[in-house]
Amino acid sequence: MYNFDFEKPESVADAIAALQGEEAQALGGGQTLIPTLKQRLASPSTLVSLKGIAEMQGVCMGDDGSVCIGGATNHATVAAEAGAYPALADTAAHIGDPAVRNRGTIGGSLANNDPSACYPAAALGSGATIVTNARQIAADDYFQGMFTTALDEGEIITEVRFPVPEKANYQKFVQPASRFALVGVYVAKYADGVRVAITGASNDGVFRWAEAEAALSANFSASALDGLSLSGDDMISDLHGTGEYRAHLCAVMTKRAVAAA
Amino acid sequence: MPKDGGIGASSKRREDVRFLTGVGNYTDDINIHGQAHVFFLRSDIAHGTLNSVDTTAASGMPGVVRIFTGDDFAGVGSIPCGWQITDKHGEPMQEPAHPVLATGKVRHVGEPIAAVVAETLEQARDAAEAINVDIAELPAVVDMKAALADGSAKVHDDLSNNLCYDWGFVEENKAATDAAFEAAAHVTSLELVNNRLVANPMEPRVAVGDYARGTDEHTLYTTSQNPHVIRLLMGAFVLGIPEHKLRVVAPDVGGGFGTKIFHYQEEAFCTFAAKACNRAVKWTSSRTEAFMSDAHGRDHVTKIELALDADNNFTALRTETHANMGAYLSTFAPSVPTWLHGTLMAGNYKTPLIYVNVKAVFTNTVPVDAYRGAGRPEATFQLERVVDKAARELGVDPIALRRQNFITEFPYATPVAVEYDTGDYNATMDKLEEMGDFAGFAARRAESEAKGKLRGLGVNCYIEACGIAPSNLVGQLGARAGLYESATVRVNATGGLVVMTGSHSHGQGHETSFAQVVADMIGIDESMIEIVHGDTSKVPMGMGTYGSRSIAVGGSAMVRATEKIINKAKKIASHLLEASETDIELKDGAFSVAGTDKSVAWGDVTLAAYVPHNYPLEDIEPGLEETAFYDPSNFTYPSGAYACEVEVDPDTGKVSIERFIAADDFGNIINPMIVTGQVHGGLAQGIGQALLENCAYDENGQLLSASYMDYAMPRADDLPMFDVDHSCQTPCTHNPLGVKGCGEAGAIGSPPAVVNAVVDALQSAGKDVTHVDMPLSPDRVWAAMQ
Repeated sequence: MYNFDFEKPESVADAIAALQGEEAQALGGGQTLIPTLKQRLASPSTLVSLKGIAEMQGVCMGDDGSVCIGGATNHATVAAEAGAYPALADTAAHIGDPAVRNRGTIGGSLANNDPSACYPAAALGSGATIVTNARQIAADDYFQGMFTTALDEGEIITEVRFPVPEKANYQKFVQPASRFALVGVYVAKYADGVRVAITGASNDGVFRWAEAEAALSANFSASALDGLSLSGDDMISDLHGTGEYRAHLCAVMTKRAVAAA
Repeated sequence: MPKDGGIGASSKRREDVRFLTGVGNYTDDINIHGQAHVFFLRSDIAHGTLNSVDTTAASGMPGVVRIFTGDDFAGVGSIPCGWQITDKHGEPMQEPAHPVLATGKVRHVGEPIAAVVAETLEQARDAAEAINVDIAELPAVVDMKAALADGSAKVHDDLSNNLCYDWGFVEENKAATDAAFEAAAHVTSLELVNNRLVANPMEPRVAVGDYARGTDEHTLYTTSQNPHVIRLLMGAFVLGIPEHKLRVVAPDVGGGFGTKIFHYQEEAFCTFAAKACNRAVKWTSSRTEAFMSDAHGRDHVTKIELALDADNNFTALRTETHANMGAYLSTFAPSVPTWLHGTLMAGNYKTPLIYVNVKAVFTNTVPVDAYRGAGRPEATFQLERVVDKAARELGVDPIALRRQNFITEFPYATPVAVEYDTGDYNATMDKLEEMGDFAGFAARRAESEAKGKLRGLGVNCYIEACGIAPSNLVGQLGARAGLYESATVRVNATGGLVVMTGSHSHGQGHETSFAQVVADMIGIDESMIEIVHGDTSKVPMGMGTYGSRSIAVGGSAMVRATEKIINKAKKIASHLLEASETDIELKDGAFSVAGTDKSVAWGDVTLAAYVPHNYPLEDIEPGLEETAFYDPSNFTYPSGAYACEVEVDPDTGKVSIERFIAADDFGNIINPMIVTGQVHGGLAQGIGQALLENCAYDENGQLLSASYMDYAMPRADDLPMFDVDHSCQTPCTHNPLGVKGCGEAGAIGSPPAVVNAVVDALQSAGKDVTHVDMPLSPDRVWAAMQ
């Protein structure tokens, strides 16, 4: 990697200040950024680690009953401590491998918005609120395409708030090499309707499957999805599966998520 | 019956203590005072004209010692190829030059263009980014059949086309084979791909070149399976360094699987640059570099046809294979699709007529060479797939069809030029049926179906040829090397032994199993024996380890040397015991006079050899050290029968292996635990090939699977608990240990079992699927079902 300066602020305010520097880059758990640096594909002048900010750590319950996760909380902590939202804890428990879960953070994952990552499906599927140093962003407004989000330059995710559904489940069909989601479907049933969010499949990143949501809101059972399908035309087509195959998996995994919820 | 030591005991692997506690000595652990680091600037273009390499700016960068380009190697030889194939017209193969650093053209992504030697690796990398390379891109040659079409771009402009050779085997059998197909009652044909693989040993390649100006001596530390071969190829053919001025050391090596047999440019570069810079030069491959510079494996496209008579006897077999050589000929590449593949096409069957055609093709891809099994997995896969397909077409039991056609009398001369000395294919099949509980399969299938899964059972046999030999034969076949093995046994005065073997251990456990053999022969404790390997300054000229040859050839050399030791020790003992040499017996580490209670301990004899006060100096020399070179009279022929049971998720195409059973015949066995481990590793790699691993290029010659993000290695949870047996033993008839070798069997025998099982599962659901190309990834299986 190229040389860079390293800062580890202890408050959000200090982190924001540090990120004002030219070519400064926030560092969460580094599970994407560090390999990118090692391949010399990025050359930030300063890395600003968010791991030392106490207020961005941990899991707690919000006054409205939502599960609130600090932006710098690693996946293993979410898996262990987000028991109030079992499907979310279970999703975190199956991201990557133990080393990844002990380093990677929810804020880092959502800020990166990898089209095959798990957390974007959980956040969008739960209608989560992305809290930053500057504002609150609804998940529906936050994800704006592959590796693209509503975050502004220098803006960091301090917390993510998940309303707890009646039922939810995440089904991940893994890509055999990376074990990222080839297709991952997050289904959550709330009093006001069902949300279905799909990762891994689309060239536009995580998305909601409106047709399935409508069918499941009327009848929350796998059979309600019979006959529903997505087009593979705009889906990712690569070494591990065509768009058509991914579209097929979306339907299969959605049914499985409903059955398992 | 478990034994506590010697041949047949499951002695614990002594080398694992240092490997597992972090005190091994791998090449990257070697750091020489004052060493510089090299970074290779590699082509990111598959095919292009190299117009210029401008190092002006880079040369002035901090820490740069010197930057080398192809021009610096003008007086240096080409990286040699170690095997010349003669084509079906009697002409030698087309053999291109293989420069250390690219000159004129770049021919694959990853080919080194320039090398920056600097104080630190990061400085070398920084400077490499400042090198200005001008490449005019040319159309990439990727698809093998397109490469042979008229008008294709040529990988090598000085060759007549992209065809390395067109090999027919046995050419004299072709007409009779074709006639047998005309007369056949049934013909089964199958087109298939043997997927390209990347070996991916845990330790990437490393080379450290060192040079002693005072003595003009070169040393290369390298991750090699055969340091003497590297010394000979690099010294004699590339750099012109006489062998007595060149030492090659391959210390602890973390896995080879074939890809560390070959002589690579980086080794020659570091050796050359160490003298040019007058300081040690070190290169450690990154994993990314390994994907695009380690020789790849397999990559065959084959059409195979099997002819049967009305009674389902195999009457003829013919194949047409396109074998990818990549951009250059790696050290043993030409031999893999020919002599290591064509000669195995008889398999376990008494098919009387066989004709094999292989077209070896140059493409703009990484060179392809031997990978665990090397040619034999390709042969086994085709044959066992077509036999399985034939059984399905004929509606007969696939095991019965195999048994009906088994070779049962030995020795057996195949129509493809080899003679199997011994084997019992019914015995391993009997053992497989016993272990496999095939009668219970229907119930297991019903259980799977109740869960919504399809279940399939696949069975196959395999035979392989190990212990590649004899030298005079392989010489006739085009090998530019001998294929004997060497051993020196040095007995110390106090009775301990050092065995210097030309074999090389890179994970196989030779230090344990070789010591067991010698301990058994003398009747002493294994701890008294040290096995030394991997250093040309210590070990007699040896040919190294590949092709499951170490125990069969290297072990035999060690036995011969130890026999010489024992013979001499008996002479000394007879003197000490004042008895006739013919009456001396060696048992449990003591020499005794037959029929008496007179004896002398091993240590007393060895001490006498080095302190020869009471010693027959007029008859024998002092000392106790012997060397043997062993050149086998034939290959060895391990064989076996494998079974795989899979579950297929019909909704997703995902295959999971529920059971895998291996019944092998390796002849006599030195260490059953190590043999089991070798089979486990082979099965993991064979199943990896069948289900997961896929080295893929796009049409521009870009490597799509250039990291573990896209290249799927088998992981523990991809594999079942293996059920492995090697109690069927027909000892090899022509080596002193009766051993056959076990290193590659698992990788050879397992891919067809997996594919046969998946086809069985899909057909159980009424799918008209007769073949799916490996890897049987979920998307491919699902697509096959649509």
